[in-house]
Amino acid sequence: MVNIQEIIGKVCPEAVFEENEVAFAIVPDAKWHEVAVALKNAGYDCLTAVVGEDWGEELGCTYYLKSTADNSLVSVKVATTDRENPMLHSVSDLWKTAIFEEREVFDFYGIKFINHPDMRRLFLRNDWVGFPFRKDYDENPEINPVRLYHEKPDDVTSTYVEEDGKVVEKKVNVFNPGDFVVNIGPQHPATHGVMRFRTHLDGEEIKKIDVVCGYIHRGVEKLCEKDTYPQTIHFTDRLDYLAALMNEHCLCLCIEKAMGIEVPARAKVIRVMMDELMRINSHLLYFGTFCMDLGATTALFYGLREREKVLDIFEETCGARMTFNYNVIGGVRFDLHENFVKRVKELIEIMPSRLKEYHTLVSGNVIAKNRMKNIGIITREEAINYNITGPSGRASNWANDIRKTNPYEVYADLDFEQVTMEGCDTYDRYILRLKEIEQSIKILAQLVDNIPEGDYCAKVPKVIKLPKGHWFQEVESSRGAFGVYIDSDGGKTPYRMKFNSPGFHLVGIIDKITRGEKIADLIAIGGSLDYVVPDIDR
Amino acid sequence: MKKEDFKDNEYIDSLVEELKQSGTNVVVGKLDELINWGRSNSLWPLTFATSCCGIEFISLGAARYDMARFGFEVARASPRQADFMMVAGTIVHRMAPVFRRLYEQLAEPKYVIATGGCAISGGPFRNSYHVVKGIDKIVPVDVYIPGCPPRPEAMFYGIMQLQRKVKVEKFFGGVNRKKTREDFFRENPLIAEEEHVKE
Amino acid sequence: MFDFRIVTEWLDNLLNGVMPAWLATTLECVLIGVGLLTVYALLALFYIYYERKLCGAFQCRLGPNRVGPLGLLQSFADMFKILIKELIPINHVDNFLFGLAPYLVVAASFASFAVLPWGNGLQIVDFNIGVFFLMAVSSIGVLGILLAGWSSNNKFTLIGALRSGAQMISYELSIGLSIMTVVLLAGTMSVSGLVAGQKDLWFIFQGHIPAVIAFLVYIVAGTAETNRGPFDLPEAESELTAGYHTEYSGIHFGYFYLAEYLNMFIVSGVATLLFFGGWMPLHIPGLDGFNAVMDYIPSVIWFVGKAVLLSAVIIWFKWTFPRLRIDQLMAFEWKYLLPINLFNLVLMLIVVAFGLHF
Repeated sequence: MVNIQEIIGKVCPEAVFEENEVAFAIVPDAKWHEVAVALKNAGYDCLTAVVGEDWGEELGCTYYLKSTADNSLVSVKVATTDRENPMLHSVSDLWKTAIFEEREVFDFYGIKFINHPDMRRLFLRNDWVGFPFRKDYDENPEINPVRLYHEKPDDVTSTYVEEDGKVVEKKVNVFNPGDFVVNIGPQHPATHGVMRFRTHLDGEEIKKIDVVCGYIHRGVEKLCEKDTYPQTIHFTDRLDYLAALMNEHCLCLCIEKAMGIEVPARAKVIRVMMDELMRINSHLLYFGTFCMDLGATTALFYGLREREKVLDIFEETCGARMTFNYNVIGGVRFDLHENFVKRVKELIEIMPSRLKEYHTLVSGNVIAKNRMKNIGIITREEAINYNITGPSGRASNWANDIRKTNPYEVYADLDFEQVTMEGCDTYDRYILRLKEIEQSIKILAQLVDNIPEGDYCAKVPKVIKLPKGHWFQEVESSRGAFGVYIDSDGGKTPYRMKFNSPGFHLVGIIDKITRGEKIADLIAIGGSLDYVVPDIDR
Repeated sequence: MKKEDFKDNEYIDSLVEELKQSGTNVVVGKLDELINWGRSNSLWPLTFATSCCGIEFISLGAARYDMARFGFEVARASPRQADFMMVAGTIVHRMAPVFRRLYEQLAEPKYVIATGGCAISGGPFRNSYHVVKGIDKIVPVDVYIPGCPPRPEAMFYGIMQLQRKVKVEKFFGGVNRKKTREDFFRENPLIAEEEHVKE
Repeated sequence: MFDFRIVTEWLDNLLNGVMPAWLATTLECVLIGVGLLTVYALLALFYIYYERKLCGAFQCRLGPNRVGPLGLLQSFADMFKILIKELIPINHVDNFLFGLAPYLVVAASFASFAVLPWGNGLQIVDFNIGVFFLMAVSSIGVLGILLAGWSSNNKFTLIGALRSGAQMISYELSIGLSIMTVVLLAGTMSVSGLVAGQKDLWFIFQGHIPAVIAFLVYIVAGTAETNRGPFDLPEAESELTAGYHTEYSGIHFGYFYLAEYLNMFIVSGVATLLFFGGWMPLHIPGLDGFNAVMDYIPSVIWFVGKAVLLSAVIIWFKWTFPRLRIDQLMAFEWKYLLPINLFNLVLMLIVVAFGLHF
């Protein structure tokens, strides 16, 4: 903590430091960019999360920065009291991931970022009235009815720059009038949901991609502010439905951390096992859909065949195939089903041979290799700068597995490897996920016979209230670091809840890595990054 | 599910009654039957999914459930070639015009199945500022499949209900839908203008 | 072996006996047309069912089994549905070309049927340059696809059409050269001559190494010609939604759908003609008893059966391999297939010149 105070204090003596679980500083906007540069030079090279917030009087953001060297976090709050025309300085020149994060904040809170290259709305229509996450937003449906006419495409964007002490708005063209722009999405088989890529093509070659999100933006974070803590858990299921249990797990961990609840040993092991099963489930579907994007339809059916076995396990214990609502504050909702151990053992037994089958079918195929090798290269520096966590980041040789770097539950005692690869391309991202299935199987094999007896849920108060303060918790979900930020004012409902989803950061890099590639590569790259759109849009 | 329960559906029964009462001549009636048999057994879905229900829809096509048995597996990516739209997932404000246009692009006869709580009423996200509270506010819906997400078995049941509905559809007479495209455009002049519809 | 010439000649004499020659010829043409159309439609329906069943088997599924016994009526249901599906008129398109395109595609595949050797004496026209005609008419198909893509006024279809143009014109070369290899061995371009040349031994055995190479090249290039996986770039579903026929609905789309399956039949039919003896039964020199038994199987069954079996290979490709990328596709043709083919042609020349074949 002293270290941080020193770094920030040197460039900004007026910074205020508060006691919190991670180092927390409040910095005035004028000095924020300098502080950011100092922090980046001090090793905080990864911008983990940008949380926009409306504190009533003030509007602003909390930035969570991570050092890749020692995995320590530091948080900085920057705020402005101007509610009419709020402006903050952008850090998108230091951390590229801020480009989309700050656009999100602009969309929700109307905070304009000075020196940000592209200040358009991100999730909402460009003719949307008001900023929905502000506490004084009017939700009257007459102001924003369901508009059935199409919005005009945003071909011009604004950027705000400082000239002679004044902030001036400048217009920048996204696409020029003569460009051949093809709309890929929102309804398109390869976008894995409803993403929209406005693609500028020259023949088959991609010149530029403008990603348009928000076609499944459901305002989950705003909904959470109206619900009590136990009621918020089920929303996390529906964010990234292929990492449902991990997301629940993360939220529960965060609430438990805030309340100081100790989870029983049995619940810890159950949670970890469920997480790993979920990871297998997700990676199996990834294998299928990615191969289908490449045109190998049959692989999808092979992947799903094994996925059904995992779903059987879930169904018996959790009672659902996809949206479980299984983790509760203090543990899990039900005890394990009697068949659980047997079925997991069956899965452990068949998986190695099935993985071999996948490799025979796809990985070894010449066409598949040619389609994947040296396509969509993300270097380690880019991965850190764009905050590409999870398997996609690890394929760029960035060891960022939260299970290893900041172990939670019983992961510290388990013997498993953090798979990293050095190819940085689509092929490595694909192979890495299959290798992660092996590691998950390894973890399951260690735990399946050692599930401790005891309670599966701790005793928790009937009405769950969090003390005043804010907390940030990350877990390793199937596609990267999933983070939950809770700000509580001491009541039954969260004051602000933010889900820092791994998929959202992947969107930022798509334009960068697809330029100069072919249309077919866009599909392959998109498939290999493995984003889930509701996770991006929330 | 028992066969009697499956057949227990007042709405469809009333449709059948209506058809029987109005009566048709033999040739047209038989032709109708043949065409409806063809239609009901060859329902090609549009590949359209927005969220969780879409993954269950994929499971529906996979080996365990295998919708190919009924001939539903020819999922078309182009709406012009599809017969029905399985609206699997939430429709939000931004998606609504796109969704509406997709529906317009489907070739007649077209059907819509609202799959899952979100499509039926907004589901768990009903209170959100950005979610359409039920797709039936935008397009006519033929079958509702509740669930969050519905199990593949439920989806089968839903599609089979649609098949039954198609089987009693009149080819040379009216369709099941009361509201026409023209009505819709009269109510929404802005969309009519955008879609270049001439009065 | 039953010679269908007996039937056709009897019919010809009968018609000529009761009516003037010009009327008889016209009537024969109509009869043949109707017959071919029926075969065309039935084959297409069978192929749709066949592929869906096979695909199910590859993917550990059952495939259609609810409509009719074993799902046999599935494709009939599809046919009835697609026949009465709405044809959507589209604003801002060239209506004439838009309407013409599917018919061109169908006409191309239909015309190829005329020269296929369906059975002993069951061939509609027998040119002395039959194989050449086959290549010429099958190239009309690409015109239809190009027109479809261009006239739809849609960016996806345009990309699909351009891809298809580049692909089909390139792979036509390989097809032509591999056919030429066989023609070199047979010494004739007439279809009946080619079949007659394989009376004792099929060309794939006669020409051994160069014939096998030619066959492999042909089946690869043929798959590319039919726009099927792994060469289905023009309609790459995950990239271009439905490629060149994105804007087509109803029966117009149905024509494209049919033509794809029939082109598959034609490609395997031509492979049968060139390498597997056309309608000739499997004969092994020396085994007279075996050969006599083989002769009892009707020639039509031989031809269609061989073609359908070869189609299974093409279907197998589609459901196994991932799709190629456009530049890889072109590189594959121009850098690998074409040189191999040219080399193979020389090899065959040597084999024929020195009489090294069987």
